Amino acid sequence: MNEPGPPLWLLCELTYTCPLHCVFCYNPTDFAKTEQELSTEDWIRVLRQGRELGAVQLGLSGGEPLTRDDLETIVGEAHTLGYYTNLITSGIGLTEERIKALQAAGLDHIQLSFQDSTREVNDFLSSTRTFELKSKVAALIKKYEYPMVLNVVLHRLNIDHVQEILEMAESMGADYVELANTQYYGWAWHNRERLLPSREQLQRAEEITNRFRERVGSKMRVLFVVPDYFERRPKPCMNGLGSVFLTVTPDGTALPCHAAKTLPGLTFPNVKDASIEWIWRDSPGFNHYRGDSWMKEPCRSCPEKAKDFGGCRCQAYLLTGDPDNADPVCDLSPHHHLVTEMVDKASAPNAPTPVVEQPLIFRDRKNSRALSS
Amino acid sequence: MIAADARPALGRGFRLQWEPAQKAHVLLYPEGMVKLNGSAGEIMKRCDGARTVAEIVSDLETTFATTGLEKDVQGFMAMAFEKRWLEIRQ
Repeated sequence: MNEPGPPLWLLCELTYTCPLHCVFCYNPTDFAKTEQELSTEDWIRVLRQGRELGAVQLGLSGGEPLTRDDLETIVGEAHTLGYYTNLITSGIGLTEERIKALQAAGLDHIQLSFQDSTREVNDFLSSTRTFELKSKVAALIKKYEYPMVLNVVLHRLNIDHVQEILEMAESMGADYVELANTQYYGWAWHNRERLLPSREQLQRAEEITNRFRERVGSKMRVLFVVPDYFERRPKPCMNGLGSVFLTVTPDGTALPCHAAKTLPGLTFPNVKDASIEWIWRDSPGFNHYRGDSWMKEPCRSCPEKAKDFGGCRCQAYLLTGDPDNADPVCDLSPHHHLVTEMVDKASAPNAPTPVVEQPLIFRDRKNSRALSS
Repeated sequence: MIAADARPALGRGFRLQWEPAQKAHVLLYPEGMVKLNGSAGEIMKRCDGARTVAEIVSDLETTFATTGLEKDVQGFMAMAFEKRWLEIRQ
């Protein structure tokens, strides 16, 4: 096998602590088991070793990374080392004092996510508290001359409000809005039947988005990410596992993708026990899905395997029970019907009204313990 | 055509640096990266908001002991402005 290139993208999930309880969170459902988070010194060692291997883009996420009071120290060290630093945040806890300190430390970019902050999902857009908080944070982001980048996770329960979401983004002065349909991992996987939109909902949302784009022109760029269950070819997930992406979870587990911990039969090393260099180059967990020798048919002989790498291993595992199978999003997969059946069910006229008939499972410690016991 | 006395600078939010691991200049921006080829890296690293386009061209011609680079530099810069890698600061 060829020597892997550098882990260009390093994602540090600094903590699982989060003031929100989003039903579509990709964090593992057993996150409550994590008791000990990495120390500041551990993170700085990870940053230094990652940089030595050629990592350039750094994502700081969680949980909510602002709940760590050493975030400024971590950003400062990352900046000095030469990373481009991206903060991925809900904005909760982003006071003027902190944004000032983060900017002084060298923070390059902020991605503000918008999500349900209350359990009353139907109040999603009428929740004035959220709107006020986000508007305040958005104003701070603009005041400190960062591009205003808003990420909104779409799902069955809010996709019909795309018009209002876009207007809200416009009123906040967003430069860039990503309307990202939920990806079904972690908590979202548990809630998938309640979160998957119908074909009709999706089509309407895309039409609204296109009309909005025509109206605002280049003032605000809008990216609409279709849920991949509606596609016929899989996404080139992580550009292939172990190719450019390295995640470190709050307890120090190193993963080739933020959802990879769910993959059966693989063990992933911890940055407290091993160097990033060994983890990236030599650990069995990172080497397992490099190249294409692990592939089964129809991927193995497929001319598109170099383009999509067989899709997402986690999705193949969650849907078919075997992570070596083709991602069933692909219509060449013998399991593709699993995806289309879910979409059919979500699109049926008598599809269940979620909240009442099938309660959503909120991402909190109590539910985490219940799901992982 | 970019004016010969314009002083191009790196666009806001972009960072240019030499990456030993890639043996190339790279341009970093929010959640992304462009690996520049040799000539693009040489042009970009001279765009510091202080030097004019004419000065950049003449510096490149001196450094690489050649002439007639203006057209190539103009072509690259037009693309770089389009992509907002470069801007003119007031």
